[in-house]
Amino acid sequence: MSNRSFRKFKDRLAYGLGVLCVVLAMFPLASILFEVVRNGLPAISVGLLTRPTGNITDPSSGIGNAIEGTLILIGMTCLIAVPIGLFAGIYLAEFGDNKFGRTIRFLNDVLAEFPSIVIGILAFSIVVVAIGHFSAMAGAVALSIIMLPIVTRTAEESIKLVPSSIRDAAMALGIRRWRTSLSIVLVTAKDGILTGIMLSIARIAGETAPLLLTVLGSGFFFSGVDQPIDALPLRIFTDYKNSNYPSALAQGWGAALVLVVLVLSLNLGVRFLTRGRSTFARARA
Amino acid sequence: MAVSEEARPKQGKTPARARLASLRFPRRFSCDDVFEASSIIFAGVIVLIIVVTSVFLVRGSVPVLESFGTGFFTGKNWIAAAGSESYSALPFVLGTLVTSAIAVAVGVPLSMGIAIFLAEMAPWSVRNPLSRVIELLAAVPSIVYGLWGLFVFRLWIRDYLETPISNYVGSFPVFQGTPLGLDFLTAGLILAIMIIPTVSSISNDVMMAVPASQREAAYSIGATRWEVVRTGVLGYARSGIFGATILGLGRAVGETMAVTMIIGNIPALPASFFQHGATMASVIANEFSEADPGSLHLSALIGIGLTLFLFALEINVFAQLMVWRVLKVRGGSVE
Amino acid sequence: MTLSLQLEELKPASSEASAIRSTMEKFKIQTEKLNAWFANNHVLKDLSINVKENEVTAIIGPSGCGKSTFIRCLNRMHELVPGARSSGAVLLDNTNVYARGTDPVTVRRKVGMVFQKPNPFPTMSVYDNVAAGLKLNGVRDHQKLDRAVKRSLELAFLWDEVKTDLDKSGVSLSGGQQQRLCIARALAVEPEVILMDEPCSALDPIATAKIEELIASLKSQYTVVIVTHNMQQAARVSDSTAFLYLGKLIEYGGTTQLFENPKEELTERYLTGKFG
Repeated sequence: MSNRSFRKFKDRLAYGLGVLCVVLAMFPLASILFEVVRNGLPAISVGLLTRPTGNITDPSSGIGNAIEGTLILIGMTCLIAVPIGLFAGIYLAEFGDNKFGRTIRFLNDVLAEFPSIVIGILAFSIVVVAIGHFSAMAGAVALSIIMLPIVTRTAEESIKLVPSSIRDAAMALGIRRWRTSLSIVLVTAKDGILTGIMLSIARIAGETAPLLLTVLGSGFFFSGVDQPIDALPLRIFTDYKNSNYPSALAQGWGAALVLVVLVLSLNLGVRFLTRGRSTFARARA
Repeated sequence: MAVSEEARPKQGKTPARARLASLRFPRRFSCDDVFEASSIIFAGVIVLIIVVTSVFLVRGSVPVLESFGTGFFTGKNWIAAAGSESYSALPFVLGTLVTSAIAVAVGVPLSMGIAIFLAEMAPWSVRNPLSRVIELLAAVPSIVYGLWGLFVFRLWIRDYLETPISNYVGSFPVFQGTPLGLDFLTAGLILAIMIIPTVSSISNDVMMAVPASQREAAYSIGATRWEVVRTGVLGYARSGIFGATILGLGRAVGETMAVTMIIGNIPALPASFFQHGATMASVIANEFSEADPGSLHLSALIGIGLTLFLFALEINVFAQLMVWRVLKVRGGSVE
Repeated sequence: MTLSLQLEELKPASSEASAIRSTMEKFKIQTEKLNAWFANNHVLKDLSINVKENEVTAIIGPSGCGKSTFIRCLNRMHELVPGARSSGAVLLDNTNVYARGTDPVTVRRKVGMVFQKPNPFPTMSVYDNVAAGLKLNGVRDHQKLDRAVKRSLELAFLWDEVKTDLDKSGVSLSGGQQQRLCIARALAVEPEVILMDEPCSALDPIATAKIEELIASLKSQYTVVIVTHNMQQAARVSDSTAFLYLGKLIEYGGTTQLFENPKEELTERYLTGKFG
């Protein structure tokens, strides 16, 4: 009987430890959100959100250029990574049941886990060295390499979830395979693919390390894809480096709040709308 | 009328029919061929990226490797001042190893607890919402972890962990130095938090892939919930959980911004947990934009990038193989 | 074991008996020594069947006898399954669709197909479902599309039920309506032959009756081949019936004759429910 109660006690203990672990993990999250809101909210104003940084000690210094830069980088990255990722995903789902396909799938998973700073070095070596200076283009290339494997994999997963009966129906109508893939299968799989794209946007929006090596940062609004550009995470990093000026630090927290709101709304939106079907994207993004 | 070979044509007719056929249903050079070829090319981009990365990293490291040879991996100093330049990756390699080891030692047990709780014990109604919340830890950008780490987390660690340790066992070599919170320990602990979502969600998937029969077998002989987990689930999911751990290690090794902001950035061989340090990723983030094009300094940083790349590559290939084996070959429904 | 021995004995007698028929009627589809495999599994063995134009031909037999595989060979859908292959000839209007250089896509436009479960394209409206085959083959003319959609839906007995909700999603219809939508979708590309793979197996009796009525009306313009596991259905809708067992053709003939007076003992045993 005492053996039995000891076993029961161990079971309770394990349960209690489980609860403790969950609480321990949720505590930092709660604290991060709390601190970002507490420090960031007072800094937010129309001026902060719309004016360029200029001189950081200037009271009218803002993060408008960083918000603009982040949006431009996201747009350029999507232009590069989404088409490539979609086609690569189509390849894996439709033609990839062979040795080459398995190799690509494996390398794609490995690429998804590359340290982002190494990808920064790559984009630097290709684009920055070629142009001769830091540029928005170089940043977009780096972010594309981060985004590509996520889009590829979610596209593959979502396409594979399309029932074969849909594909059969299209083939039986005498529709060509490329048409079937693009106009019927891809359209049917669009929810899952969109989920992957949005989660990967959330991921690249917060990337900082590769941008340090490629776009450098800037105090001014966008002036061309071959010129340096600012971005929210870079703005936070620059402000942190200047944190001996209280105004810079406040601006950094403000930028952090904007970034967190952007990233979390992408995440929450997608997860609760589509119930986050892709395990891969959830684990990676 | 039972017919099995009804109206068979004479053998001689078939070739003529074949010729006629190619006229009626001609197979043109079709868009399908273009489509398949272009999808292969786009998939090939992934291979290309990995190849190009290796090539550029190796090419960029050649100058520093020529200048220092194996000394690049065994030396003690990292001095970028012109005239007395000396570069060694060793302090950063060790820094990465120390911080990642702390991250795994603290983060993996926590993640296991979370995964076991969410996969096996928690009431059904809270499993999904809770795992979503844990996953949000992965959504917070690294730079925000850095900011929070510097202004909030560092102070907790300094005041409630490092100061007491220093007071009681400060004479041990590994706890020497003034606890400031800008050190290996804080960096390792923030990495521990950052790897939790990766390790716990993959472990969770792996446990879910364990066949129900394993659990039922254990329950049927009167096991408690914990005994079911220990005997039926953990044994079965062991190699996948190990793979998740290694993936978490890969995350910790490559993580840059948060570490850069709280490790102190002094290139010194680690001797104490309470000492300023640097990791491979942090030194690249800190010094890369200051290094002149074509300089030995830049080459040394790329050399560190190469080292980091090789570390991450090995860790990830290994981890993918472990996780892949469990989830795919054992017929898990996850991927 | 005993069964296959029986089959070997039966064979010679059957091939002689057919000679008279073959010269008289026009055949839409003829298969010659058609064989099919899934990897190493030999599922169709030397099938030679002639399908008459503007008739409904039913393929019956127990599960796993190769009925579905047989009709999937007729429009070259079989080869889409990984590891599947076939040999022999399928003549559509005396032209071998398996001849070298033949484009399977062109074949499938002439030989439409309706599947076991209704499978409308889930992201498309009723209209777009019917128009899909034309649109995705490059037809842009809206008037032409409108006409084709109306005509196909009318042929499929669906026009009156959906003419006011052409913009609704195809999957919002009832099961029977969905299946008729799939038939309309197949008709829109103006095929000559319609293959139906157990089209009523997922439907209730009322929806089934409607589809059967539809099949009867289709044969004036099309040649229909229908696979069914329901013998009463075969008896009701078809003009000719083929009985397949273990991948072999056991008996083929006029439906009335086959059901009322089967030549083969195996057919009789199947029809009377002794096995299968």
